[in-house]
Amino acid sequence: MDIIEKRIIEEIADLHEVPEGAYNFRINSATDSRRSTANIEIRTKEDKPGIDIIIKPGTKHESVHIPVVISETGLKEVVYNDFYIGEDSDVVIVAGCGIYNCGNQDAQHDGVHRFFVEKNARVKYVEKHYGSGTEDATGKRIMNPRTEVYMKEDTSMEMEMVQIKGVDSTFRSTLAELSAGAELTVHERLMTHEDQDAESEYTVELNGDGSSANVVSRSVARGTSHQKFISKLHGNAKCAGHSECDSIIMDGARIEAIPEITATSTDAALIHEAAIGKIAGEQITKLMTLGLTEQEAKEQIVNGFLK
Amino acid sequence: MLSVRNLSLGVRENEEDIEIIKNITLDFPDDRFIAITGPNGGGKSTLARLIAGIRTPSAGQILLDGQDITALSVTERAKLGISFAFQQPVRFKGLQVKDLIRIAAGKDLSIVDACEYLSAVGLCARDYIDREINASLSGGELKRIEIATVLARGTRISVFDEPEAGIDLWSFQNLIQVFKKMRETVKGTIIIISHQERILEIADSIVVISGGEVTDEGPRDAILPKLLGTDAALQACDRVLS
Ligand SMILES: Nc1ncnc2c1ncn2[C@@H]1O[C@H](COP(=O)(O)OP(=O)(O)OP(=O)(O)O)[C@@H](O)[C@H]1O
Ligand SMILES: [Mg+2]
Repeated sequence: MDIIEKRIIEEIADLHEVPEGAYNFRINSATDSRRSTANIEIRTKEDKPGIDIIIKPGTKHESVHIPVVISETGLKEVVYNDFYIGEDSDVVIVAGCGIYNCGNQDAQHDGVHRFFVEKNARVKYVEKHYGSGTEDATGKRIMNPRTEVYMKEDTSMEMEMVQIKGVDSTFRSTLAELSAGAELTVHERLMTHEDQDAESEYTVELNGDGSSANVVSRSVARGTSHQKFISKLHGNAKCAGHSECDSIIMDGARIEAIPEITATSTDAALIHEAAIGKIAGEQITKLMTLGLTEQEAKEQIVNGFLK
Repeated sequence: MLSVRNLSLGVRENEEDIEIIKNITLDFPDDRFIAITGPNGGGKSTLARLIAGIRTPSAGQILLDGQDITALSVTERAKLGISFAFQQPVRFKGLQVKDLIRIAAGKDLSIVDACEYLSAVGLCARDYIDREINASLSGGELKRIEIATVLARGTRISVFDEPEAGIDLWSFQNLIQVFKKMRETVKGTIIIISHQERILEIADSIVVISGGEVTDEGPRDAILPKLLGTDAALQACDRVLS
């Protein structure tokens, strides 16, 4: 791992050293290092690129880190990762992808993640996306994550999806299917700048009684970037679904928020909230009375909003 | 010393020009506690916003130690040492109480130091330091945090717009202690807009603003009895009736 790759790993996984627990570092389409533990096994897939992560039933308070780094211009990959999360386990999974592109060809990572969450299991999933490169590089940094979550009875999944900087183009699609008593929480934070493009689509099937989903997206669009947020909540049982999209629009950006809520059961309760607006003038004024310049005030407000 | 000279502010509303601040001239000497009071809609908050630079006067000057600061921005005035606690504090999604206090202090305060300002306004610091300054805070909590940010700045001129509004009776006495202590430590000018007798009681001098004008001004002992007599109340009734 060179210094740039190290820095990217720090950025996407908050890792400064080798993590505890299981891990798999993928760098430029090859496995850089890997560790399985007694309860968590990481296996290379035989039929296509990617890994299987098998978590034994009853595994508690363990973590898996699977960061991906691309630092070669022109590299394009599609990776399939499957997570088998055993009954009654309680684990943290940290994924993340960083692309450093200092060349003139596009670099692209398309990750397909599938989660099979068995009864009573709890998962916290953190995914950070980040791009950087040299000033003069014209190659784009592209990431298209596809995430599928299959949740059995009484499971809980908390997902934190973050894209703060430097990704030129992204299309992320997330599908979740919830059985009875399953609980899904998604916190998405997104910032686009320059002429970046980001699209995020969630489809949540609330199939079991007592299932609930809360999908919350906060985003900031600056420059001439474009964002599109689509959330589809389907209530097919006695369930509760809530989705919320709250965006700050700046400069010459464009934001679309498209909610879709569908109920096929009289016991489904579904809510969607969406708001797009610029930074409130009085917020800027307040911070200016504390001594910040207008520009500094905006930075603070945006950073706070995306925290 | 902070002074305003012949300050006026006109606005256009419904095709009509109205003056909400009319030719106000006032001095706010250093190391002084000045209370501004007067009927609702009299122009008190507008005067405070003019001093902080949030609004621009249509005529007149604002001077700080003789320097004309009328054209300076909000930021520049803040840097010269003017602080302003809003009548209606602003909420921020995401920003935490500790962020705001750090910004106010202008340096990377330790959590312990930040907590001190919260304790001073009667908030249990541990419960509030990480709270977001969003809609989940009650009106009184927000108001206290607003006061804490001005304390954290510790500047030579502090303007509080109705700091007591929404603060419960129990905490009110503590709030008065906060202002007294602030006086001792900062040795600056404290300007408090208030309708509360107990705040007026601790002021050195009182300014009464009504209809956009200064209608009375002088040492506390000269002004307060007049306000507490039935006069002021009667005047207000007369106005409503006429
Ligand atoms: N932008 C504006 N356009 C029109 N009228 C305004 C504007 N700003 C303030 N005013 C009016 O100016 C008057 C003074 O308002 P101000 O907020 O300064 O009163 P105040 O003395 O602080 O009252 P209170 O005690 O209720 O806080 C009010 O009648 C108000 O409606
Ligand atoms: Mg007012």
